[in-house]
Amino acid sequence: MKPAAFEYHAPTTVDEAVTLLAEHAPNDGRILAGGQSLVPTMAFRLARPTHLIDINNVADLDKLVIEDGALCIGATVRHAQFHTPACDGVLGHLLTDVVSNIAHYPIRQRGTFCGSVAHSDPASEWCMVSATLDATMVAQSASGERLIPAAEFFETVMTTTLNEDELLREVRIPLLSDDTLYGFQEFNRRAGDFAISMTLVTYRLEGGKITDPHIGVGGAEDRPRRIAEAEAALAGQVPGDDAFRAAADAAAAAIDPMEDHATNAQYRRDLTATLVRRALENAAS
Amino acid sequence: MATATNRMLGHLGDSVDRLEDPPLVTGKGRFVGDINFPDQLHMRIVRSAYAHGKIKSVDTSAAEAVPGVVAVWTTTDIDDVPPIDFREGSDPTLALFRQYPLARELVRYVGDPVAAVFAEDPYTAEDAAELVVLDIEPLPPLINADDTPQDFKGKATTEAAIVEQGYGDIDETFANAYKVVEVDVKVSRHTGVPMECRGAIGRYDEARDVLEMYGAAKVPHRNRDTLCRMLNRPASGVHLFEGHTGGGFGIRGELYPEDVLVCVAALRLGRPVKWIEDRQEHLMAANHSRQQRHIIRAAVAEDGEVVGLDDELYLDQGGYIRTHGTRVANMTTGTLPGPYRFPVYRSICHFRLTNKTPAATYRSPGRCESTFVRERLMDAVAEAMKMDPIAVRRRNLISLEEMPYGRALDVLGDSVEHDPGDYAGLLDQGLAQIGWDDLQKELAERRANGEMVGAGISMFFEKSGLGPSDAAKIFVDNEGFIEVVTGGASIGQGFETAMAQIAAEDLGTDYRRIRVVHGQTNRIDYGVGAHASRATVLTGTAVSLTAQAVRAKALDMAAELLQTNADSLTITDGVVHSKDNPGGPSLTLGEIAEALIPTSKLRGDREPYLKGEKWFHIDHQTYPYGHHIAVVTVDPDTGGVEIEKYFIAYDIGRSINPKMIEGQLVGGLAQGVGGALFEEFTYSEAGDPQAVTFADYLMPTLQETPDPEILLTEDFPSIRTPLGIKGAGEAGITGAAGAIASAIDNAIGIPGAVTETPVTPQRLKKILSEHGK
Repeated sequence: MKPAAFEYHAPTTVDEAVTLLAEHAPNDGRILAGGQSLVPTMAFRLARPTHLIDINNVADLDKLVIEDGALCIGATVRHAQFHTPACDGVLGHLLTDVVSNIAHYPIRQRGTFCGSVAHSDPASEWCMVSATLDATMVAQSASGERLIPAAEFFETVMTTTLNEDELLREVRIPLLSDDTLYGFQEFNRRAGDFAISMTLVTYRLEGGKITDPHIGVGGAEDRPRRIAEAEAALAGQVPGDDAFRAAADAAAAAIDPMEDHATNAQYRRDLTATLVRRALENAAS
Repeated sequence: MATATNRMLGHLGDSVDRLEDPPLVTGKGRFVGDINFPDQLHMRIVRSAYAHGKIKSVDTSAAEAVPGVVAVWTTTDIDDVPPIDFREGSDPTLALFRQYPLARELVRYVGDPVAAVFAEDPYTAEDAAELVVLDIEPLPPLINADDTPQDFKGKATTEAAIVEQGYGDIDETFANAYKVVEVDVKVSRHTGVPMECRGAIGRYDEARDVLEMYGAAKVPHRNRDTLCRMLNRPASGVHLFEGHTGGGFGIRGELYPEDVLVCVAALRLGRPVKWIEDRQEHLMAANHSRQQRHIIRAAVAEDGEVVGLDDELYLDQGGYIRTHGTRVANMTTGTLPGPYRFPVYRSICHFRLTNKTPAATYRSPGRCESTFVRERLMDAVAEAMKMDPIAVRRRNLISLEEMPYGRALDVLGDSVEHDPGDYAGLLDQGLAQIGWDDLQKELAERRANGEMVGAGISMFFEKSGLGPSDAAKIFVDNEGFIEVVTGGASIGQGFETAMAQIAAEDLGTDYRRIRVVHGQTNRIDYGVGAHASRATVLTGTAVSLTAQAVRAKALDMAAELLQTNADSLTITDGVVHSKDNPGGPSLTLGEIAEALIPTSKLRGDREPYLKGEKWFHIDHQTYPYGHHIAVVTVDPDTGGVEIEKYFIAYDIGRSINPKMIEGQLVGGLAQGVGGALFEEFTYSEAGDPQAVTFADYLMPTLQETPDPEILLTEDFPSIRTPLGIKGAGEAGITGAAGAIASAIDNAIGIPGAVTETPVTPQRLKKILSEHGK
């Protein structure tokens, strides 16, 4: 469990980092941020990057600020920075509720928000949060900056639309209005494990009826995404058991669950219905 | 629980701090990974990626060409090294199924060592290992032990042995039974997974012609003997050294292919050779355990008495038979009746090889499996007879009046002789402490309100103190410090503290003045290590007898010097003084030791030195007993199980250190919960292991482990040991799966629902949906 040989680079500016990335990406050069996924994968020799570009010393990547109505999360912001609300309002509390489900305390001290998003494990909480809340990904390469909507970012298991020479410099999550209700649910065999399925739901009430529903599902499919069928089932309804069950069933019917040696598709589908219903109940309570 | 009074700190029964903890909690521990020798090489094993196949060729040339690689071995390079032999001596009937250090002709599981790379550093070794080309022709793998056996070699099939035990007339008993109840129950493949992976360093000291192995654990003397037998070396020329060990659980410390390889390589390459196992290797190379399927039936009389028990089981041994031989089969068939009378009994074990990692013992081997099976059956009997599960158990428990209770069953070469114990009495105490009747009412109310919540019980007897003999040496130096030298082993269980407390009791000293040596074959000629919950019972009693002898010698010498008789003297805090006049003339143990040195004029014709060595021989193993009670809730939507409450009752006979016993019970329970709900080595149809990282092999964490309530009694000291000690190492795990399964059945209102461990959410959800819940 010793990684294969690689060359290590420690740039101090974004320009330097993306220049190195442009040079080495074609030969499997990789960005190293928190290393909580990449380094174990290297130890198993499942990943064998020939160059590692360590961005931990790069100035200006640790920003965690509100700009233009969005929370901007820089590439070296650690999970643990969300243990307390990173911003005022509903979004800050939402992220704090979610973060404790990410792996374990020591991992959260080192792992990064953007690293999780770029790694794109289907069961990543931050990926699902980004998809559900329509985050914008800021991709930086030597040739410039590109904005990618979350809906166009996650392709499949550990695959995104990020180009190989692009650094995920920042993720921008739109702030949530004060009347936004939310619920988060995930299920795993043990605390801190990758979710077998999980969901984040948000909605607002107008005249007692649900408006602007977002229902995101992660862990169940090859990528996290909003489930339009479930949102449609919820929109315009009065919150309650009937509406929640209809949305939950719609979500379960709409997904194409992954199967692995430990979990079959039927279990994931049933579980997703349960979690969506419970998340909607949480949001309402 | 009884606590010592009017005694010095650290004597029997005191929950004193562990002697071994300061280095461990301050980062000063010295595990095998911390040990290095100048000029050492690093070994990396090339393992089979096929579950079953014929080795056509192994091309090592590219690996050998890597700078820094010193040698690459296949089995032809060590064709004079025999397969790894059985720990308790050769067994011609099983010899054919042993594993060579490097595979010959065939590979028999994914992970089977085929080649070994020796290089200047571990990175180079791993790089080069990737370049070894194995040309293996795949053969059909055998994955399930209950499938038809395959040919193995010559006339032998993969059914390596049939182990049968029993007594009485099964056919007649079942023919006349009021009712016959049958269950078909599986225990999954899982194992003890120590925090520290294995490791070994072989070193040959040519100047002294001594082969040394570091990283030994559990049974260093036994492994020395096996190595001597395999490598044709004298015992005086092979020494094994145990360092700190990050957990044993039965699997760590047996003699494995890698241990033999580092020793042979050290001899032949002339340099120390270090091997440190990684976790992925560990989960496919170190012993697995537990996998059994039992088809078991009870002949039941009208009043619920189980008058006969008939069991047929399939034990999945994996690719080879390792050091334990058929011990798990022996212990399973020998202990299956547990605490119940069962006047007629038969168990037939099909001990079968498959193409999976070899299996052997894991904490509570045989009892853990058979207790789950038996307690599932007892619940089924209760259901079939429409009796209360507790009442059925009571009806069948061996009574105190029948003790000591012998059975015509063999467990590790010893006939089963239950120590006196009041199984029903402890059950009464346990049920009273947990408030069983009120609990039943409360749970019924909660179920009526829609909750899936239930309680279950599992009763068991344990076995501990495997004999036949052990000894210890004690030496008191001129400063009054005491060294206790044993052939025991410390795998994290608190061995040093327990031995020091036992010696301190008789030597009248603070236990912290005692240094305990273990696991060093150059310090003592014999030793049986730490397994089968034997260390405190056997080694501890030997330490006690030795300490008494040293005490007698100290008092005899002191009596002469103080001009009194020995009977009037006692020892307090290392000072010998008159019982009646503690403030009067006195001598320290150090002063007495000095009076006994060879040149001392005061010594008289006494043997030099204040020291002793005594043997303890036990005539039977000891049999502690207890029960587990679990309360669980089930989430019907997810199939998730949460343990709400857990209770363990256990009669230990005599506590040395109650806190350490609780630690053993709690630690065992954590592993029991793992086996019941989480841990499983699954394989694909091709024989690929699917759990080779901690992402797939799920060990319970603190969050999933209940904090049990413990009732530790000392009501029945063992009649087999002078101190009444019985073992504590395995009772925390033995009853866990049975109690949890029973509680789940109760919670979901489906008797007999759980027939297989681990009870995963997916399995439980399937059961619920099949029953329309």
